[in-house]
Amino acid sequence: MRSLLYTPERRIAVIGFLVAAVLISMASWGEIRTMSLLIEFFYLLALSQLWNLLAGYAGLVSVGQQAWIGIGGYALLVMADDFGIPLGLAFLLVGVVAALLSYPAAKLLFRLRGGYYAIGTWVVSEVFYLLISGSTSWSGGGLGRSLQAARFIQPPAMRITLVYVIAVVLAIGSIALVYYLMRSRLGLGLTAIRDSEMGAASLGVNVNKLKLFVYVVCAAGTAIVGALIYLNALNIIPKAAFSVNWTAYMIFMVVIGGIGTIEGPIFGTIVFFLLRQYLSDFGEWSLIILGCAAVIIMLVAPQGLWGIIRGRSQIELFPVRRKLSPNFEKSE
Amino acid sequence: MAPILQLQSVSKSFGALQVINQISLDVKEGETLGILGPNGAGKTTLLNLISGDLALDTGTIFFLGEPVHSIPASRRCQLGIGRTNQIPKPFEGMTVLENVLVGATYGQNKSQNEGYKKSAEVLELTGLYDQRDKLAGNLRLLERKRLELARALATNPDLLLLDEIAGGLTDHEVAELLTVIRTLKEQGRTIIWIEHIVHALVSAADRIVAINFGSVLIEGNPASILENPMFRQVYLGVETEITAKDHA
Amino acid sequence: MDWLNAIVQGILLGGLYALYGTGLSLIFGVMRIVNLAHGDFIVLAAYLSLVVTQIAGLSPFATILAVVPLLFVFGYVLQKTVLNRALTGNLLPPVVITFGISIILQNALQLIFSPNSQGLDAGSLETASIQLGRLNIGWVPFITLITAIVVLAILQLFLTRTALGRAFRATSDNPGIAELMGINSRQIYGIALGLSLAIVALAGILLGIRTNFAPAEGPARLLFAFETVIIGGLGNLWGTLIGGIILGIAQVIGASFNPGWFQLAGHVVTLLVLAFLPSGLFPRTREL
Ligand SMILES: Nc1ncnc2c1ncn2[C@@H]1O[C@H](COP(=O)(O)OP(=O)(O)OP(=O)(O)O)[C@@H](O)[C@H]1O
Ligand SMILES: [Mg+2]
Repeated sequence: MRSLLYTPERRIAVIGFLVAAVLISMASWGEIRTMSLLIEFFYLLALSQLWNLLAGYAGLVSVGQQAWIGIGGYALLVMADDFGIPLGLAFLLVGVVAALLSYPAAKLLFRLRGGYYAIGTWVVSEVFYLLISGSTSWSGGGLGRSLQAARFIQPPAMRITLVYVIAVVLAIGSIALVYYLMRSRLGLGLTAIRDSEMGAASLGVNVNKLKLFVYVVCAAGTAIVGALIYLNALNIIPKAAFSVNWTAYMIFMVVIGGIGTIEGPIFGTIVFFLLRQYLSDFGEWSLIILGCAAVIIMLVAPQGLWGIIRGRSQIELFPVRRKLSPNFEKSE
Repeated sequence: MAPILQLQSVSKSFGALQVINQISLDVKEGETLGILGPNGAGKTTLLNLISGDLALDTGTIFFLGEPVHSIPASRRCQLGIGRTNQIPKPFEGMTVLENVLVGATYGQNKSQNEGYKKSAEVLELTGLYDQRDKLAGNLRLLERKRLELARALATNPDLLLLDEIAGGLTDHEVAELLTVIRTLKEQGRTIIWIEHIVHALVSAADRIVAINFGSVLIEGNPASILENPMFRQVYLGVETEITAKDHA
Repeated sequence: MDWLNAIVQGILLGGLYALYGTGLSLIFGVMRIVNLAHGDFIVLAAYLSLVVTQIAGLSPFATILAVVPLLFVFGYVLQKTVLNRALTGNLLPPVVITFGISIILQNALQLIFSPNSQGLDAGSLETASIQLGRLNIGWVPFITLITAIVVLAILQLFLTRTALGRAFRATSDNPGIAELMGINSRQIYGIALGLSLAIVALAGILLGIRTNFAPAEGPARLLFAFETVIIGGLGNLWGTLIGGIILGIAQVIGASFNPGWFQLAGHVVTLLVLAFLPSGLFPRTREL
C-alpha cells in the first residue's frame, strides 16, 4: 500500500478511482432525480476544467467555446440519426469530428492576439451556427430536432443512469486529463509559455504547436461534453446549442474558483451550481449577479476562491511541482 | 573546415534606426569569440538575430552549414544555439529546477525523465543546485544571471551566446565564472560572449570583435586588440566609464 | 441581381460599421485591450436615446447632445474606476471584465426594456430617400456615412495636430516613456474609453433611427466592429472606413442571394482576409 501511494501521481490516481467508483455506484442506489441534477453538475465541471486548460494554462482566452458544444450536439445527432451510425460509436466519433474542424479554425485564429483572438473565436462559433441553422434539414429549423436514436434506450430511467455514468467519467476524466497533461512535458512547456512566450521559444519550446494541441484537445473534449448534454436533453435548437451563455458559464466558474489551477474550477463549479439553483427564479438577475461576481473577483482577488483558501493554508490537492528524484542526488 | 556560424551582410533596423549594418562574421567550431562595443552599439540585437528572437531584414545566417535565418527561435535552439539574456527573464512562477528542465527537455528534444539528468548536471556546474526548489521569481539578480546560463546550458548548445553575464559580479565571482567558461571550452563548445569587462573577455576569448554603430570596427586576437590604437582611443574610454558606473 | 444597388447600399452600411470599428480600434490602439462590451454599449446608446426622446419629447437626432456626453463620461468613469485596475499586462482580466460587463448590460437592458425590439422615431426622415436613376439612397444611411467620414477626419486631426492627440500616440507607443514625459497614462486611458463610447453613442443612435434594436443584439454589433477592424487592417484609421464598406457590401450581396447569408457573408469575408491577408487590407506598423 505504501508503495502504491508513493508518488503524488499514484496517490491522486488511487483517490480519483475511489471517488469515481463511489459516484458511479450511485447509479445502482441513487435516485433518478438526484442523478438528473448531478448530470448537470458533472458536465459543467468538465466544461470548466476544459476552459481552464485552454485559457488558464495555454493562455488562449476564448469566448467561442459554445462552437464545440453545438458541434458536439449536432455531430452526434447527424451521425446517429442521419447516417445510422450506432449511438455509442457516434458518441466517440464526435471528438474526432470536432478535432478535425478545430484544426483549421485554430490555424486562422492564431493569427489574432489577445482580445481580438477572443472575438475571433466567437466569429468561428457564429459561422458554425449560421451554417447549421441555415440548413433546415440538419437543424430542424427553429423548433430544433430531437435525437431519435436515443429512444431505443428504454426505459427512460435507464438512459438517465447511462448519461449520469458518462457525465461522471467525463468530469473525473477531464480533471485527470488536465492533471496529467500539466505533469507531463507538455505541461512544463505550457507553464513556461505562460510566464514568458519568448523565453520559452528561445529554450526550444514550439509555442504555436503546443497551443494548437491544447486548442484541439479542448475543442474535442468540449464537443464530447456537448454530445452528452444533448444525449441528456434529447432536443437540440441551434440558438441554444451555440449560445454564448455556455462560455459565459465556463468563464464564471473558472474565474470565481480560480484560474490556472485544477482546484479552482472544481470550487467554481460547486459555487456556480449552487448559486444557479438558488438564483434560477430570478431570471435576468441571476446572470447580472454572476457577471458582477466575475468582474469583482477579477478586480479584487484574481486568484479566485481557491487562491484565497490556498493563500491561508498553503494546501495543494494536485501538486504539479517537479522535484529531482533521489536517484539524482548530488554526485560527490 | 567550414565555420560553425556564418553571418553574411546581416542588417537590421528599427524604423529609421539602422542598428545592425551589413555585418559579416565567421565563427570557427570550438572558438570563443568576444564581442566588445559601447552601449547601444547593437551587440544584443546581433545576438537576437542569431538566436532568432528577432528576424533580420537582409543577409543570411548559416549554422552548421544550414541556413537558419528564417526558422523560428525554438528550432534554432534545438539545432544547437543556446542563449542567455542580458536582462534575466526567468519563468518566475516556476522553480529553478523547472526553469532548467524546460531547456533540458525542449531544447534537447528529450523526454522529461531524460531532462532531469542534464538539469542536475548544469545546476551543479552553475552552483544553483541547492537553490533548485526556489521559485525563480524570488531569486536575487546574481542568481538570476546564473539561471540564465544554466537554462542555456541545459539545451546542450554547440553554440552558446552569452550577453553580459559578468556584469555586476565581484572579482571573485568573475574568476568562478571564468572557470565555468573554461570547462565549456574544454567540452568543445563554441561561445560568443558579449562583455563590457574587458579583462575577463581577454582572458577567455580566442578572438575579439569590436562593433560600433552596428558595424564591425576591428577584429583580432585579444592581445592585438588591446594594442590597437583605434581600440584604445574608442573603447578604453568606454571601459573606464563602465567601471566607474559599476562602482557608483 | 442589381450589383450597383447592392454595392451602393453596402457602402452606405459601411459608414455605420466604420463608426463601430473606430471606437473599438481606438482603445485597442491606446491601451492594447479589446472591449467585448463594445456592441452592448452601441445598443445601450440606442436605448438611452429612446429614453431621452420619450422623456423630453426630442427628435432622436437631438438626443445626440445628451447621449454622446453621457457615454463619454460613462466611459471615462468606467476606465478610471474599473478597467485601469485590470491593466496588469496580463490579457485575461480585460477580456473577462469586459465580457462580464457585456453580460451585465445585456441582461439589465432586457430587464428594463423587455427582450422585444424597439426603434427610434425620426419621423418622415426615416424613410426619405434621394432617387438617383434606379438607385435609392436613404437619407439616414447617407447621413451615417457622412458622419463616419467626419468622425474619422476629426479623429485624425485630433491625433496628429493636438497636444492631447500626441499624448495618445506617445502612450500607445510606450506608456512607460510617455509617463517620463509627464503624460499621465491612466488619464489618457480614461479619455480614450470616453471618446470610444462617444463615437459608440453616435453609432447607436444612428442604428436606432435606421432599424429596430433589441437588448440581445450587442454581440452581433461587436462582431461587425471586429470584422471592420480586421478587414481594414489593425490600427489604420481610414482602413476602418474601407473595412466597414467591404463588410457592408459583403453582407448586402450575401443577403441578396439568401436573407440568412447576411451575417454569414461578412464572417466568411473576414475569415478569408485572415487567411490570406492576416494584417488586413491596409496594414500599418503604427497602432494610431
Ligand atoms: N525592439 C527595439 N525597438 C527599437 N529600438 C531598439 C529595440 N531594441 C534595441 N533598440 C535600439 O537599438 C540600439 C542597439 O541596441 P542593443 O540592445 O543591441 O545595444 P547593445 O549594444 O546591446 O547595448 P548595451 O551595451 O547597452 O546592452 C539601441 O539604440 C536601442 O535603443
Ligand atoms: Mg545589450
